[in-house]
Amino acid sequence: MRLNGSDILINCLLEQDVNTVFGYPGGAILNVYDALYKRSDEIRHILTAHEQGASHAADGYARSTGKVGVCLATSGPGATNLTTGIATAYMDSSPVVFITCNVNSNLIGRDSFQEVDIVGCTLPVTKCNYVVHDVNNLADTIREAFAVAKSGRPGPVLIDIQKNVTAAETEYEFKNVSEHFNFGKLAKLRERNHPSIYSPEPDLNSIDELVRMLEESERPLLICGGGVVRARADREFRELASKLDSPVAITVMGGGAFPGNSDLKTGMIGMHGSQASNMACDACDLLVAVGCRFSDRVTLNPDSFASQAKIVQIDIDASEIDKNIKSDLHIIGDAKKILKLLLERIKFKKDNTLWKNYVFSFKVETEYDDPEDGQFTPKEILSAAADVLPKRTIVTTDVGQHQMWAIQHFKFSYPGQLITSGGFGTMGFGLGAAIGAQIGNPDRTVLHVTGDGSFRMNCNELATEQYYKLPIITLVFNNSCLGMVRQWQHLIYHERYSQTTLDRGPDFAKLAEAYGLHGRKVTDAEELRKILKQTKNTRSDGKGWVIDCQINIDEMVRPMVGGNSHIANFMID
Amino acid sequence: MNEEIKRYTIITSMDNEAGVLSQLAHLFSRRGHNIETIAAGWTTDHKIMRFTIEIYTDEAKVKLLCNQLRKLVPIHSVEILDPQKSIRRELMLVKVRAADKATRNEIIQIGNIFRGSVVDITNESLTLLVTGDDQKNAAFETLLKEFGIIELARTGIVAMERDGL
Repeated sequence: MRLNGSDILINCLLEQDVNTVFGYPGGAILNVYDALYKRSDEIRHILTAHEQGASHAADGYARSTGKVGVCLATSGPGATNLTTGIATAYMDSSPVVFITCNVNSNLIGRDSFQEVDIVGCTLPVTKCNYVVHDVNNLADTIREAFAVAKSGRPGPVLIDIQKNVTAAETEYEFKNVSEHFNFGKLAKLRERNHPSIYSPEPDLNSIDELVRMLEESERPLLICGGGVVRARADREFRELASKLDSPVAITVMGGGAFPGNSDLKTGMIGMHGSQASNMACDACDLLVAVGCRFSDRVTLNPDSFASQAKIVQIDIDASEIDKNIKSDLHIIGDAKKILKLLLERIKFKKDNTLWKNYVFSFKVETEYDDPEDGQFTPKEILSAAADVLPKRTIVTTDVGQHQMWAIQHFKFSYPGQLITSGGFGTMGFGLGAAIGAQIGNPDRTVLHVTGDGSFRMNCNELATEQYYKLPIITLVFNNSCLGMVRQWQHLIYHERYSQTTLDRGPDFAKLAEAYGLHGRKVTDAEELRKILKQTKNTRSDGKGWVIDCQINIDEMVRPMVGGNSHIANFMID
Repeated sequence: MNEEIKRYTIITSMDNEAGVLSQLAHLFSRRGHNIETIAAGWTTDHKIMRFTIEIYTDEAKVKLLCNQLRKLVPIHSVEILDPQKSIRRELMLVKVRAADKATRNEIIQIGNIFRGSVVDITNESLTLLVTGDDQKNAAFETLLKEFGIIELARTGIVAMERDGL
């Protein structure tokens, strides 16, 4: 049938089973919003307060549901406002399709009103991006964009459509997703097994080699990375850990993929890794990292990292192998597939009691920060949340001390339960992500853990939370300072607190009320528990909560290893 | 892994579409590489562009770079050429000062040794065209320097693997 570009776009979204999009309208994208208006019974559009909020919401939606997130914005500032969200999704391999419209093709290159080269801007932070200047290419481009976003190592993709294309007409025919690979450029990408859409078959010889290494190893350590979350390979990973009787360290991105209550879990590894994790890393004879790219926050000093161990890297992305750490063996492919093949071949069951006794003689992360008398500590706040809220509560975080505390003290149990900006470290990510997670999981409780610095960045999205009746619970760890930076200033810059004291408004509880939400300020754990219990009763009224937890300005994230230091060389323990 | 810094020749073919060169060039700069030479043109298929790119780096970094290049959606293939087994050539135009007969003759003789050809001549200057690898062309440039080079242009290396013996 003959349709215009905007209707083709909507139809292509429906082909992908998209029923929710996040975004913000504007001049260049008017035609698309007009088409959306007519099809609002099929696609729900969530209007945020700012394009950045929409970008994080689409990302949070993708991470929590495992589906592709979709985000729309207009040209110029609408598009550039997405860039932080795109980079956030890119660094954490989250599948989001960003769709922007640009000015008419006859205005391109003339510095027209609200014109920007968004494809140029987002080149380094997208898996791929596209300009559409011919309506005849529109459907194929959208199909390719979705395939690229979700296949192989997932990631964000941007499509920039010129305004006249959204009005121009051409023939459109509905095609099921399964057929997409038979047409256009996608067919050619598949023909040549391009890594953007194809995950290679794991090399069986390498898997056999790994089985031998695992059998010989007396001091193994597994690292659970973000790839286990993206591949939803948590069950296989758990079975592997139990067969090997091996301690498991978890990266920030791996949170949720290994049960928080397992007695094999050593906790986070790296800069704020537990003593157990980092000491195990230093002493192990075999380190198997699954879906982990050995970021500098994990390895610290790469030259002394796991110096006694043979290092095995399992990753879907060939360009991650040996990028940061030289491996002794690598297997490229999908984590779930590789772990399954591995489990089939492991015929032994290990007992590593001695090694475990050594590793767990060091503290795991939940053993830190026990409350001193009268203090209202981060651990108490998170324990209260973990005790009172439902077990499957989704937790989104912003970036800083509260993020580390949340990961240390909340016991995650399934992939997608923890949504955090690990790679890019985007302050202001949490609330948008919580909105996306709540929209994608209406029946789950969504807890947004933030700090006063991060929250102030994008708290305008409280308007979105209120309008769509999202019962999100925001816990503000309010220490009236930019805690993580201040911690570095305390430890490394001789307490010269340059621009990190945030002795300023607003009163977050009153701010919440101004937005039509519940707001409270709390100073002790008892009161917090009461309020958290109350949140259960108010879910039906659709009003979210902002709970401003007043904590001490000098609270620190423990332990800590300095950047580029040896992993077992704790600056504070 | 060998950490010796060497000149590497990378051959890559990409879709012939707007923006592919910027994607390619961007990846090199983003990963901290400086492109020494880059040359591009159609292959037998006009939809595919072949690029020859040369950089100075070490073995580990060039391997990593190639894996990163392979992830670009318009890329069809990426390979590192073995300098022992490949033909590398660039074309160079040199305009050199030559105001009298003796100088002209001397320059033409040098040109002959390098199998260059004179492509333009005036009372004041000669323009020569030579093809060769970077070392040959550098030697030619050095010899002409004493006459006074007015202008010099090179295409950048194009390269191809020799068929096996």
